Amino acid sequence: MSDLAVHGFFMLFAISFLMGLATVFTWVERKQSAITSDRIGANRCYVRIPFTNIKFIAWGLFHGVADGGKLLLKENFTPRTYDRFCYNLAPWLAGVPVLLVFAVIPFGGALIVGERSYVMQIAPLDAGVLFVLAISGIGVLSTMLAGWSSNNKFSLMGAARAASQMISYEVAMGLALISMVVTYGTLDLNAMVQWQSQLLGGLVPAWGIFIQPVAFILFLTASIAENKRIPFDLPECESELVAGYFTEYTAMKMGMFMLSEFIEIVVISALLVTVFLGGYNLPYFNDSGFAFPGGVNWALPPWAVVVLQVGTFSIKTFLVGCFQIQVRWTLPRFRYDQLMSFGWKFLLPLAAINLVVSVCIRLLTL
Amino acid sequence: MKKRYWNEPQMGFRERIYFIEIARGLGITFGVFFRNMWKWLTFRKGALTAYYPEEVRSDYSPNNRGRHVLTLRPNGDVQCVSCNMCATACPAYCIEIISAADFGDPQHPKSPKVFEIDYSRCIFCGFCVEACPEDAIRMVKDVPDLPSFDRSNMSGKIDLLKLWRPTSDPRKPYPAPPVTTKAPP
Repeated sequence: MSDLAVHGFFMLFAISFLMGLATVFTWVERKQSAITSDRIGANRCYVRIPFTNIKFIAWGLFHGVADGGKLLLKENFTPRTYDRFCYNLAPWLAGVPVLLVFAVIPFGGALIVGERSYVMQIAPLDAGVLFVLAISGIGVLSTMLAGWSSNNKFSLMGAARAASQMISYEVAMGLALISMVVTYGTLDLNAMVQWQSQLLGGLVPAWGIFIQPVAFILFLTASIAENKRIPFDLPECESELVAGYFTEYTAMKMGMFMLSEFIEIVVISALLVTVFLGGYNLPYFNDSGFAFPGGVNWALPPWAVVVLQVGTFSIKTFLVGCFQIQVRWTLPRFRYDQLMSFGWKFLLPLAAINLVVSVCIRLLTL
Repeated sequence: MKKRYWNEPQMGFRERIYFIEIARGLGITFGVFFRNMWKWLTFRKGALTAYYPEEVRSDYSPNNRGRHVLTLRPNGDVQCVSCNMCATACPAYCIEIISAADFGDPQHPKSPKVFEIDYSRCIFCGFCVEACPEDAIRMVKDVPDLPSFDRSNMSGKIDLLKLWRPTSDPRKPYPAPPVTTKAPP
């Protein structure tokens, strides 16, 4: 019974974390782009206390809520397509896998309830990395189905681009992850985080970004390409293809594609944090409190450790997501041939070389 | 054969490996972001744009003429004789005049009963001022609160336009000197 309650709570936390942070990221994307380009940003939406004139604008935070409400209430226009089943299936295939990937990501250390200790993770899988790669590969199916069943040339072009782009960048992403697997010697994401909680030379935290900076950059680049965001937003580039593979979708179906894109920002940030940035760990922090290099120890009660770990994970995820959004507002879009040559001629050889080097180093130090 | 374009990109090694230039670009945008964010956090405005309806920009040009006025006679009537020359000259067709006749005043038998400027169409070119033979319409340095949520509120009515009360323009003493009237034949 206690197991059920704890795991139910984990699932509730994960879903609300993903959905909430995705909604916040729609706001962050607006506001951060506005501040970066000397503008003010969305600030018109408010919540008014009934029968008074007191309005809460909250820096435009309610715009995300208003968008959701609008998308739910809009007319569900359907094009004249002969593949109604695939047309209706595609938004679900976009939304569900990104939620599933989060199941194997640990968002906290050990939670002790009664006598039992739970890893704060929905599914403590041994093969977490393989699960991530397998499930995130489903995403390409949704774009292909959406583009094919929309009965529209723009959608088909977008789907063709999305398919080729996502498949070619998945290779580099997989190789970058495999080099991290080689370094950590495990496929379990929680074990990876625990490996990163040690110190290098007693001073620098052994985070993946310090051990494998090239793999970090490769994984970041490939995961932005997987998410189809600028500079890799060829599948949905507004100036050429209207909205690419989801041109023919309206109302909440279109909202599912948009929301899955923002959830994927959160998931990618969480993966980056877990694999490269120490997960839920702060530097000089372990399950009993802080232990600074000068021999200074600062013990914390278990509940404070759990709160600090979950908070650290959330804040790290948020900051990495903000970095992705800044990348989106900095770079122009690749041309299609540049995209392909960048993926196959630059990222893939670099990932392969990185893998070979990390295997050699692993063999020498084993 | 690969096609050669006349404007081939001139990229050196540093541009070709992308990451250095991307880091430089990110440095620029993050610099702007943190500079503006620091202004917002210290209760200053970190943006160039204005909160439009709440905040009117203060740096309008001294040459800006944002409002039409109808000049008045000493007795308070408008000087307009409703000749429709401004409406003819108007490139946006936004002036509408309906005349009224008053034969008891032989000097000014025609006057406007309705004088409306549709500010949703007016382009503020000033042609109406140049066309007017009676100096009855002018434009003044004013930024009226013209925008509105309703199209029917966008027209400047005659009572809005009669706001001009100059007292210090030497070329046009106000109230005007009395007009010497000839006896009707």
